[in-house]
Amino acid sequence: MGFFTDSSVCIGCKACEVACKEWNGVPDSKPAWSGNSYDNTLRLGANSWRHVAFVERVRQDDAAGVRWLMSSDVCKHCTRAACLEVCPTGAIFRSEFGTVVVQDDVCNGCGYCVVACPFGVIERREDDGRAFKCTLCYDRLKIGEQPACAKACPTASIQFGPLAELRETAHARLEQVRAQPGGEEAGLYGVDESDGVGGFGAFFLLLDRPEVYGLPPRPEYRRRDVVTMWGAASVAAWLLVGGLAGAIRWRR
Amino acid sequence: MAAVGGREEPAERPLVPRERPRSYYGLPIVRRPAWTWEVPLYFFTGGTAGALAAASILARWSGQHRMGRTARRMALAGALVSPALLISDLGRPARFLNMLRVVRPTSPMSLGSWTLAGFGSALGMAEAADLAGLPVAVIGTMEGAAGILGPILANYTAVLLGDTANPIWRGGRHLLPFVFSGSSLAAAGGALCLAGPEEGRPVSRRMVVVGTALEQAAFLAMESQLGPLAEPYRSGRGGSLARAHRLASWTSAVLVLAGRRSPFLLRLGGAISLGSSALLRQAVYRAGFQAADDPSYLVESQGS
Repeated sequence: MGFFTDSSVCIGCKACEVACKEWNGVPDSKPAWSGNSYDNTLRLGANSWRHVAFVERVRQDDAAGVRWLMSSDVCKHCTRAACLEVCPTGAIFRSEFGTVVVQDDVCNGCGYCVVACPFGVIERREDDGRAFKCTLCYDRLKIGEQPACAKACPTASIQFGPLAELRETAHARLEQVRAQPGGEEAGLYGVDESDGVGGFGAFFLLLDRPEVYGLPPRPEYRRRDVVTMWGAASVAAWLLVGGLAGAIRWRR
Repeated sequence: MAAVGGREEPAERPLVPRERPRSYYGLPIVRRPAWTWEVPLYFFTGGTAGALAAASILARWSGQHRMGRTARRMALAGALVSPALLISDLGRPARFLNMLRVVRPTSPMSLGSWTLAGFGSALGMAEAADLAGLPVAVIGTMEGAAGILGPILANYTAVLLGDTANPIWRGGRHLLPFVFSGSSLAAAGGALCLAGPEEGRPVSRRMVVVGTALEQAAFLAMESQLGPLAEPYRSGRGGSLARAHRLASWTSAVLVLAGRRSPFLLRLGGAISLGSSALLRQAVYRAGFQAADDPSYLVESQGS
């Protein structure tokens, strides 16, 4: 199960941000004006599990038309999830719904997931010490409910369901959007299972490039990378031993 | 438009940028580490202890027992300080034992925790066996175990950094282990120059020189492989630390060579070599902050 966020119908109401905080008891953040359009949440983090991005842009070809892009961002629940793979305590697990969830009674706040996440989603909560992120409303899924954000979304920009169905919806929707003016640059983000993280459990229809919304263009996590790194480290370890042996034997 | 506060409004400036933005208001994409000062310091203490343990068993095999014992005791000191640093960095220090709850081969931190636990235990047992006056074969077995784990401890932290989404750590992931290996070797030599037995001085000196050469060569190779991504090693705080490290590193090598005649210069060189190794970890750590804070590094590295 997962999310399809269709940013072309997002109206920037932030009902998803509010519903998420309410349901999950996420601590509030200090109110402050960022000056970045209508966005004062700024990015996902330990205390923001949904984040609505607001992008204002004048189109190059048409000085009169301002594009106002909005998109509700969330944890991607990666098929190959870096946070889960690097977690040394086993606190992060893959649920029966295919989502990625942190067990807060196991997490010891080592902070490795924070630097491992290709999207900068998961964060250590300052006053708590443990890492937090979207659970895709694990408790609600267990009782057959949909996640709070999807339920609160008034335009069905956030859709919840089985990934295979959502992928079909996304492809069909992309064709519609592309045929409309302003939709020429639209694309699907994270829908492809052959991408760097094996596909997202929460993918998006975006009207511009991912980096414009604060998303990495080509996120990547591959298990084989850690194998090659250990290979390099083994050679480097032998080189250390070789250097030592050389230093000690020279004496004779 | 009327001038407000005595300042002219620039004419005809569009309210919103016309160009395609390369980022979302310049905000970072990946996160900077949540770690505290203990972590880069541990990279140094753990790395140095690892190389010292390897030096200990090799020295013993070559018949230099006094040097072997000194190196082992220094390694033990590092093995005691290291877990304390790591536990104090945790968000929930009381839960440090959760690190040994599972063995996760895909997590360098998990494998590293087990390595460190085994390393410390082996050194502790070697020390206990030594104090209890047990046969050399028993002590040597424990030293051997620590000596095998030591070189892994010296550079697994480079794998730990490489296995993240941080563009500068990830980009240098295959060469950083060599940098850390060299630096650990040099620092171990430095510790022995500073406080090791007189008979081990020639060996300690060579450890510093060989380690420095490896470290510097690997760092240069890593920088050239990173290309434009290496900028955080040249500017800002990461750049200052990297420059300070390079200077300290070469100075220590020259001083220990000059220390052939002067024990004072030898000790000074040893101390600087230790400091240089600690600076290296700081430089790599801080460069990671810069690389995370500016989203253009990540966007460039992902070819968009």
